[in-house]
Amino acid sequence: MDQAENIITVKNLVKKFGSFVANDNLSFQVEKAEIFGFLGANGAGKTTAIKILCGLSAPTSGEIEVASYDVYTQTDLIKQNIGYMSQKFSLYEDITVKENFRFYGGIYGLSKSRINERITFFLKELKLESAKDELISSLPLGWKQKIAFSVAIMHDPKIVFLDEPTGGVDPVTRRQFWEMIYEASHNGITVFVTTHYMDEAEYCNRVSIMVDGRIDALDTPENLKKQFGVNSMNNVFLKLARN
Amino acid sequence: MRTILYLLQKEFIQIFRNKTMLPIIFILPIVQLIILVNAATLEMKNIDIVVVDNDLSTSSRKLTAKFEGSKFFNVNEFTFSIEKAKQELLKNEADIIINIPSGFEKDLFSQEKTKIQLLINAINSTAGGLTNFYATMVISDFNKNIISENINILPLKSYKNINVIPKFWYNPELNYKIYMLPGILVILVTVIGMFLSSLNLVREKEMGTIEQINVTPIKKYQFIAGKLIPFWIIALFELAFGLIIGKLLFQVPMIGSLFLLFGFASVYLLVMLGIGLFISTIAENQQQVLFINFFFLLVFILMSGIFTPVESMPDWSQKVNIINPLAYFMKVIRMVLLKGSAFNDIKKQFFSLLVYASIVLSLAVWRYRKVV
Repeated sequence: MDQAENIITVKNLVKKFGSFVANDNLSFQVEKAEIFGFLGANGAGKTTAIKILCGLSAPTSGEIEVASYDVYTQTDLIKQNIGYMSQKFSLYEDITVKENFRFYGGIYGLSKSRINERITFFLKELKLESAKDELISSLPLGWKQKIAFSVAIMHDPKIVFLDEPTGGVDPVTRRQFWEMIYEASHNGITVFVTTHYMDEAEYCNRVSIMVDGRIDALDTPENLKKQFGVNSMNNVFLKLARN
Repeated sequence: MRTILYLLQKEFIQIFRNKTMLPIIFILPIVQLIILVNAATLEMKNIDIVVVDNDLSTSSRKLTAKFEGSKFFNVNEFTFSIEKAKQELLKNEADIIINIPSGFEKDLFSQEKTKIQLLINAINSTAGGLTNFYATMVISDFNKNIISENINILPLKSYKNINVIPKFWYNPELNYKIYMLPGILVILVTVIGMFLSSLNLVREKEMGTIEQINVTPIKKYQFIAGKLIPFWIIALFELAFGLIIGKLLFQVPMIGSLFLLFGFASVYLLVMLGIGLFISTIAENQQQVLFINFFFLLVFILMSGIFTPVESMPDWSQKVNIINPLAYFMKVIRMVLLKGSAFNDIKKQFFSLLVYASIVLSLAVWRYRKVV
């Protein structure tokens, strides 16, 4: 594996809240344009780690580089180069689809013409031209998630972090959502995704599984299944989580 | 700068699209202004009197008639029993008892020392004092009439008095409303601006949208400015609106420069909104913001000198008022509107608030955490 291709490098990441250790000595790399699945049970420390990588939370110790910037000193440069979509859904409910796009485009410093170009592109891609002036609050959850993802990659980030993006969404919409993820990856965006759905884990290039703040397994889905001698990611997960 | 404009655009869309917010911002305060200015008055009218007249002479009737003729008093009851009158006072049916003893007229004309007794309900000490003041005025007026009517009977020396002619400057008619209106307006403008901006910020925390903002490269000062400027503009509008109402309905004089007043108000609002935003960077939800804001506002308002002059407060509370922005504006708005004070007269307050504003806004920016 060529070192230069790593877009996220984490060495010995530790995050403590008082005496509670949320992230216990994590080390991993994520390659450029890869779809990296970040799995784990509830409370395993996934969200904590993702917040540290996004510069929302400061690590207790460890060496962490995101998009070749340091998480301790260069958080604003990191933020310019990443997109983020959290499980706590974060579009503005009381403004329209178009206004949400325009607002975030503006905050990321896109030019006016670029903002309009991107809005046209995403509305067409999502087949939402007719709903562009609807308030977010009036849309179904699945649509909101797709819009939130589009907003997160609107400024062409190098990496997009997705924290349980498909929670509570029907299977058809989940499928469409993953098509969007593939397309983003195809366009060179690295996708760092956490999920509870093990069928989604199968779609990832590589998967890490966290248990109690540690990473217990990290490989391609194929290799993990071989390693644990089972036929699905679901069984890999159950084997690890039960120990 | 462009980033701030996008923030402002979003805020204004949210404010003006919210159908319940607009009346709250523009109609409620005006209703409050009209009601409170009319209600919050220290002027006493309709003071209820019980007259205990044991003299039943021409003079005692003349005195009673003087009270009946005054716009301040209502003579409710005549009685001969002081005990019965005291019952009225106890039941709150009367505010004052005038006790005229028998022999009143006789003493008056025989140049004896003439006495009448006033019993005043002074549960509210200010009202009690005023009642005494008004009653004494009526009685001394009566006294003068007696003297001039009987100028031939009485020896000259008894009417040689010092003639005091009071002249009330800046509010010659002693109209309490034009004194209260600026004060109440200050409170309304403050409450609207401070609550709206701080609740707005903490609402982003509750909704989770602040996390999405924190993951963008936005600068901390840009975010705070985006939360400050919309409500700062709205509060200044509110002030203009209130002044127009004051001019039209209450004929509030505007002797000083309005430009000066608005200049001062804009600095003042930076302080109050800054305090609100600082509070909301610490608080986690709207409930906490409401209670902390309420605590500070109540203290600030009651100490600001809206009802009682700051100069008559104890020394320590005058010192506390150094950090009370409301006290500065309360004083300045009255000085500018009613006295016509110029920049030179208020520059101490102006520069104090300027320093204050830069401190609280720096605190708010510093305390807002993008990285937790």
